Amino acid sequence: MTDADPVLTLRGITKCFGPLVANDGVSLTLARGEVLALLGENGAGKSTLMSILFGHYVADEGSIEVFGAPLPPGNPKAALAAGIGMVHQHFTLADNLTVLENVMLGSEPLSQPFTRRATARKRLLAVAGQFGLPVDPSARVGNLSVGERQRVEILKALYRGARILILDEPTAVLTPQESEALFATLGQMVAEGLSIIFISHKLGEVLRVSHRIAVLRGGRLVAESAAAGTTEAQLAEWMVGHAVATRARQPAQAVGEVVCALHDVHTAGSTRERLRGVSLELRAGEIVAVAGVSGNGQVALAELLSGLRVPSHGEALVFGEPVRGSAAGLAGRGVARIPEDRAGVGVVGDLPQWENAVAERIGSRWFSNAFGWVRRGAARAHAARVVQRFDVRGGGLDAPARALSGGNMQKLILGRALTPLEAHETEVPKLVVAHQPTWGLDIGAVDFVQQQLIAARDAGAAVLLISDDLDEVLGMGDRIAVMHAGQLTPAEPPEHWTRASIGLAMAGAAEAAPAEAAA
Amino acid sequence: MRLEKRPQVSHAALLLAPVAAVLFTLAVSGLLVLWAGAPVGRTYVLLAQGAFGSVFALTETLTRAVPLILTGLAAAVAFRAHLYNIGAEGQLYAGALAAVAVGGLHGGTGMEWSPYVLFPLMMLAAALAGALWLLGPALMKARLGVDEVVTTLLLNFVMLLLVSALLDGPMKDPTAMGWPQSVALQGDLELAKLVPQTRLHTGLLWALALAVLVWGLMARTVAGFRIRAVGANARAAAFAGVPVTRTVVLVALLSGGLAGLAGAIEVAGRTSYVTLDMSPGYGYSGIVIAMLAGLNPLGVVAAAIFVAGVLVGADSMSRAVGVPTYLADVIVATSLLAVLVAALFTQYRVRR
Repeated sequence: MTDADPVLTLRGITKCFGPLVANDGVSLTLARGEVLALLGENGAGKSTLMSILFGHYVADEGSIEVFGAPLPPGNPKAALAAGIGMVHQHFTLADNLTVLENVMLGSEPLSQPFTRRATARKRLLAVAGQFGLPVDPSARVGNLSVGERQRVEILKALYRGARILILDEPTAVLTPQESEALFATLGQMVAEGLSIIFISHKLGEVLRVSHRIAVLRGGRLVAESAAAGTTEAQLAEWMVGHAVATRARQPAQAVGEVVCALHDVHTAGSTRERLRGVSLELRAGEIVAVAGVSGNGQVALAELLSGLRVPSHGEALVFGEPVRGSAAGLAGRGVARIPEDRAGVGVVGDLPQWENAVAERIGSRWFSNAFGWVRRGAARAHAARVVQRFDVRGGGLDAPARALSGGNMQKLILGRALTPLEAHETEVPKLVVAHQPTWGLDIGAVDFVQQQLIAARDAGAAVLLISDDLDEVLGMGDRIAVMHAGQLTPAEPPEHWTRASIGLAMAGAAEAAPAEAAA
Repeated sequence: MRLEKRPQVSHAALLLAPVAAVLFTLAVSGLLVLWAGAPVGRTYVLLAQGAFGSVFALTETLTRAVPLILTGLAAAVAFRAHLYNIGAEGQLYAGALAAVAVGGLHGGTGMEWSPYVLFPLMMLAAALAGALWLLGPALMKARLGVDEVVTTLLLNFVMLLLVSALLDGPMKDPTAMGWPQSVALQGDLELAKLVPQTRLHTGLLWALALAVLVWGLMARTVAGFRIRAVGANARAAAFAGVPVTRTVVLVALLSGGLAGLAGAIEVAGRTSYVTLDMSPGYGYSGIVIAMLAGLNPLGVVAAAIFVAGVLVGADSMSRAVGVPTYLADVIVATSLLAVLVAALFTQYRVRR
């Protein structure tokens, strides 16, 4: 179904940032009507390659041809004019404008006195009809669901005449059902003659949606293969560089007493990000995984149990005591907290690793004396243990935490939360609150983080794992609950759920209660 | 052309950056000297001699450096916590007023306390007055998100008007023949001279001790960790359990207190009474000095002596070769810009 003539040719693209080779002689072609999946771990060079294609960076070496004509480097406007459209993972829409206004924004010359709204509207509806992307042009973007916003982003690119569409991790924010709808749209678009580059690290959907798969590792193109006949295991091996053992589910052994209990908890805040009557019990020795599309109150739930928020109504008990919005208090009582935004909230990037490693406890008597003088020896010794136990690599204790890679930064945060004091080796955390702990990490680091959470559970902690990665929820949760619009379904064992029923609950379908899904 | 982050910052670059900044500053200022029609080399030699060339010059420079060290510390502490205190000038006057209120006003009213009691009281009152003058803006920033740059800056003018009102009113010295100046401090509260026959007083020792203390506080204590954490990333600091509002208040008290002490030490060491022109902008110069020092409390000492040297040296240079003393302001301002740009280039490089 693909034509022989390539619409896009990348030849020997090389880009270095200092000693780091982000792209090393990458050559790729894209045919008309083809979906090419670009697969690779974080830091494999996918983003750099696409930024070069889109003119944000200039390659040190190599050339790009679009529809047979060379593309001038470092010029995003030329890329747009050549018919390259990009849909970013984080949308670039103005919430307070309508769909039509968003699409028109920037595509009309400033020199004309009035916008040609009627013409634009007609054209938008024509494009929408052609590619099967139904949309209401006068709807306000702020009122749309995430799936609908993504549709607007795609339409925006198509409206500007994109013939080559780059989708960056498009399913990261979608429910399984929305993802299916997106895949159907992609099918229709390639049938209309568009070409698509689909960036992802999810192996299953890559196999499902693409015709050809290109795998990047360490900046190099390590494999290129037709999707048909390739297996997930093969892809994973190409991505990581060695065979990846799949880990069997490790169910909870001994579930103990209730460690944390929420009863009808509401929080104040903006409508999208607040809790509206959440009830949940966490017991020692189990992992409760909370699925859901991000932006449905997960932040509020995580912040509540991290001591950054208090309920406006209802009761939130940790170890039998109500949470009072004290981060230091919860940390001091044995709550290990792993925030979603590791670089922005997890560490203070400008401070050295060792200070970050003891940040939660620097005021305790172990690390400072009665006059507030820091016991540097003890603090650094503890930090060294954290770094050693959790295999944090990069820079050393005195290097700023900012210099760590994502995986190592997450290891430092985990280590800070989970490493007991040397003098109290048995005082392990009794509650672990992990919000998107594996987001954006490479396969090795994901496995490490998940193993640490399992180890904490087996040592007797109650673990709350909030994630929008359905595979992680299904693979880790001893019980699973789904969050939508600030409400939480009852937490039920994985056997009670199917992917479809979780997807429905993520979309807020009331009838998707786990009991019925099991029936 | 674009700036690209350097993967590694070399030590050589860190050492060379200030040297390059100084050379650049001298070159740029040299153009102005040429414009004024004076020989560049001789002008700079005279400037250096005027600042450090004799015992007298050196003591004058150090005398000038004392308030600059203290306001520099005030700015450094606050800026480290991302509390942009532009109001050290007002806090300095608040401290000076408090010092005279405790150490001078009651003269002849019968309160005859020992100077050993009165002196610490005077210093404490000055620090407290400066601290309180900054507390309002700090609380408004922490609680309501009010921009402290605006509030602290505007409070400077409120303070100047207050000083003016007091100097013509309750604090007016009846023996000053109508000059707007406050009553004088009791003689036994004045700071001793460090070098006889000069103006250099023991306030220098106070300033140096405070610089070391502030350095220890920032680098070695829990409070210092909190201040640095809140300044570098308040959200991450709050997550790790740092009480952010309390830390901001602590910083305000420290910063305002240091500026207040600058006022008290100027009064006790040099002027012995408050006038409306006792500070030629020490509070604002403190900001420049803190930035020159990279917010390092020990660096503040060096930066303050540098700035004081340029200011004092320019006076005698000006008399000798006829280049206006404004050259000093140009040198200080250019050096600040040069240091900031040099610091940028240690972290980034230019790519086509």
